[in-house]
Amino acid sequence: MKYYNKLIFEISKPGRIGYALPQIDFGNYSLSDLPETLRRETPAELPEVSELDVVRHYTNVSNKNFGVETGFYPLGSCTMKYNPKINEEMASMESFTTLHPMQSEESVQGALRLYYELAQALSEISGLAEFTLNPFAGAHGELTGLMLMRQYHIKRGDLKRTKVIVPDSAHGTNPASAAVCGLEIVEVPSTPEGTIDVDKLEPLLDDTIAGIMMTNPNTLGIFEKEIPRIAKLVHDCGGLLYYDGANLNPLLGRCRPGDMGFDIMHINLHKTFSTPHGGGGPGSGPVGVVAALVDYLPRPRVVKKGDRYAIEGHDDSIGSISGFFGNFGVMMRAYAYILSLGKENLKHAGELATLNANYVKDSLKDCYYLPIEGICKHEFVFDGLLDKSTGVTTLDIAKRLLDYGYHAPTIYFPLLFHQSIMIEPTETESKETLDEFIEVMRTVAREAIDDPELVKSAPHVTPVRRLDETTAAKNPVLRFRDLNN
Amino acid sequence: MYKYFPHTESDITEMLGRIGVSSLDDLYAEIPESIRFDKEYNLKKSMSEDEVRAYFKNLGALNHPLISFAGDGAYDHYSPAVIGQLIARSEFLTAYTPYQPEISQGTLQYIFEFQSMICELTGMECCNASMYDGATAAAEAMLMAIAHAKKRNKVIVSRTLSERVIAVVETYARFHGVTLEFIPEKEGVTDKTVMEQMLAADDVAGVMVSSPNRYGIIEDFTGVADTAHAHKSLLIAYADPSTLAVLKTPGEWGADIACGDGQSLGMPLNFGGPYVGYLASTRDLVRKLPGRIVGATTDVDGKRAFVLTLQAREQHIRRQKANSNICSNQSLMALYVTIYMALMGKQGLREVNEKSYAGAHYLCDKLLATGKFSLCYDKPFLKEFAVKTSLNRESLMKHLEEKGFLAGTPVAGSKEAILFCVTEKRTREEIDNLVSLIEQEG
Repeated sequence: MKYYNKLIFEISKPGRIGYALPQIDFGNYSLSDLPETLRRETPAELPEVSELDVVRHYTNVSNKNFGVETGFYPLGSCTMKYNPKINEEMASMESFTTLHPMQSEESVQGALRLYYELAQALSEISGLAEFTLNPFAGAHGELTGLMLMRQYHIKRGDLKRTKVIVPDSAHGTNPASAAVCGLEIVEVPSTPEGTIDVDKLEPLLDDTIAGIMMTNPNTLGIFEKEIPRIAKLVHDCGGLLYYDGANLNPLLGRCRPGDMGFDIMHINLHKTFSTPHGGGGPGSGPVGVVAALVDYLPRPRVVKKGDRYAIEGHDDSIGSISGFFGNFGVMMRAYAYILSLGKENLKHAGELATLNANYVKDSLKDCYYLPIEGICKHEFVFDGLLDKSTGVTTLDIAKRLLDYGYHAPTIYFPLLFHQSIMIEPTETESKETLDEFIEVMRTVAREAIDDPELVKSAPHVTPVRRLDETTAAKNPVLRFRDLNN
Repeated sequence: MYKYFPHTESDITEMLGRIGVSSLDDLYAEIPESIRFDKEYNLKKSMSEDEVRAYFKNLGALNHPLISFAGDGAYDHYSPAVIGQLIARSEFLTAYTPYQPEISQGTLQYIFEFQSMICELTGMECCNASMYDGATAAAEAMLMAIAHAKKRNKVIVSRTLSERVIAVVETYARFHGVTLEFIPEKEGVTDKTVMEQMLAADDVAGVMVSSPNRYGIIEDFTGVADTAHAHKSLLIAYADPSTLAVLKTPGEWGADIACGDGQSLGMPLNFGGPYVGYLASTRDLVRKLPGRIVGATTDVDGKRAFVLTLQAREQHIRRQKANSNICSNQSLMALYVTIYMALMGKQGLREVNEKSYAGAHYLCDKLLATGKFSLCYDKPFLKEFAVKTSLNRESLMKHLEEKGFLAGTPVAGSKEAILFCVTEKRTREEIDNLVSLIEQEG
């Protein structure tokens, strides 16, 4: 098929339109009555195209993309599981999509009940007291969670606690969220086994520590089994424990963050609860807390009073972190998923994700370097090829996988290793899909020895090949108007 | 087993064999017993597709969709059928952040188009790949101004901004340690005299204003950018992007940063989300712009292509001193408004405003003619206006709701003011019906 490489602006023709609006006569009202100083001086150069132009253009544009429905997408830490169709159908129900967020409580009881029930389900799954669904994404949930942590200390008059401990294997957003929240970051190193070094954690704990942020299983896919001890140490020093829920999927039905001793957590609905990633969003990052922190949850808060649902906000709340109720459409999808799976099947999602990851790991460790042995959870990390003599890097391997019709794993993260390849297959992939992927990974490892240039110059059959990222950054062209200038 | 899980019993046995364990439980052996969850969740039983449908339908029946005369940050504009169909394409829907540009040119290209169109509307020079919503975009704009100023830690915000946007900006400011001060309003608009006095202290990193403002009034920012710049402060303009097809743009006012909510560009109300924020700036500030940014480049064969760029910025290389923690974006919603802007185009978006303007002024005149309303401020407006009513506001709005109308939103801080909004979707019959219901009141 011919490669489509036009921008919408490049198929525009003056005078063409792609819309029809109702013709209503309201009498003599015209925008030209507005003072000239308040009116736009030159028109916005938006495209002028017909409806079919638009449909064909974006269909062709979509063909240059790769999604979960195109093929296997083992992007570590992103939980690229299948996004069920019934979720989409439910999220498009008009009795919800036409609701204005400022309608009265009485007129949106169904929406409030859905919000409340989903929050309750997340509380049960996490072992925490209450959830806010307002945060828009995982990182937004982290920020909200850290605000709650700070608010807890502030409301107790404990103002010295301005530091948060973050492991060196943490997601990149953890320290960034802490910085935006006005917290100082203290890094704690990992042991050679890839888990938090508790002996090095202990001396860091004093009365300036607001808390610790952890991911469990961590970004290496390893369960932090010292968590009961860590929880006790942190609580004894007066700090709180924050759980980054990016890796919650493998623990479904097996272990709950609240039971591990965590006080605050976020969940990525677009990971564990199957809502689509949409090319980067919208996600949703609900935040749950233990009972002691419930009053600090952001406004608005949805509560149940008798058999009615109400919108509230406590005086001690951190305040608002979103214009309205968060990404409601995403919540509808996640709730459809939870109702579909039910209590019987949620557990299987977790254990089959873990099974798939261990199967791929153990099928490839004779040609890729596995720095940490043992059972992993939903994901694991290779540190490049076992045979480093070929000069073939993790980037090359990732690009070569594209030629074979796979999305690449997450690469160069976590930062603990130089050549990280982070693989997360998820539970929705079959043994056959995994076997084919394993075979291709082995082929690439062989190619790295037999014909390293082939791998280093990959990809060869993708819509475009390797890009000049240096020029893009040195001389940024960020809009159509600046193209060709 | 379950329809989303393809594993047969023999698959599981074979796979466990390769791993060298005998059961799925063995994969969780390292979890200390004291923290294992060995019960069944207290959740509903698995539902079939039809049962899920019925469940949602019953919940939906508890809602009362209303004919909307409300705006206040969420607008009932026309949403072309094309958009929903196109964004449901799995190549868009089920992809993630374009980390592998060779197989993500679809996402990268539409984000480039989004950036281009937002720049056209706002009159700014660059724009990121989208924010969560308008309120968080405003908070990020504040953090940008602080990062740019280096030694200044104060941002001043006009009281005429939407109180919901202010609420989010306040939360971010409090926790990040930004000093936030407010410019009072005078006759429904920003008090420019007080603003100048506040800027004269020479310690303000940024000044944030809004047009149309919380009363729907189109503010006149003549001279504001010059004053701000004279005191080395950035001008941040919060604006409804739909209105910028006809109103003077942040760029034309001389703003350094523009931000707002893209919902007005044809997105469904959806009970408040997902929407999409925008954050645009001058070229000088591009390296302070948070989040993902897409730039044009070429591949090794010389083919034009697009890529995430300017990634080596503060939040990535000095993540402990980050001014933003934005990781992903609202990509699919950015696609939504991109397709909307393509369909409506140069003429259509002007027509949307022309029709909204006519409908809003028609309703306003009819309300005033009832003798039960007066304008809060007699100032120019486009599709939203605030009026005071001599009737009991709460019972009036409740009564109209029972009749199927969302008759505006109460103006915060007032007991008698209502903010009405009319978009191109409202018919003359709907407006006349609303007004005749009001005439029968009191």
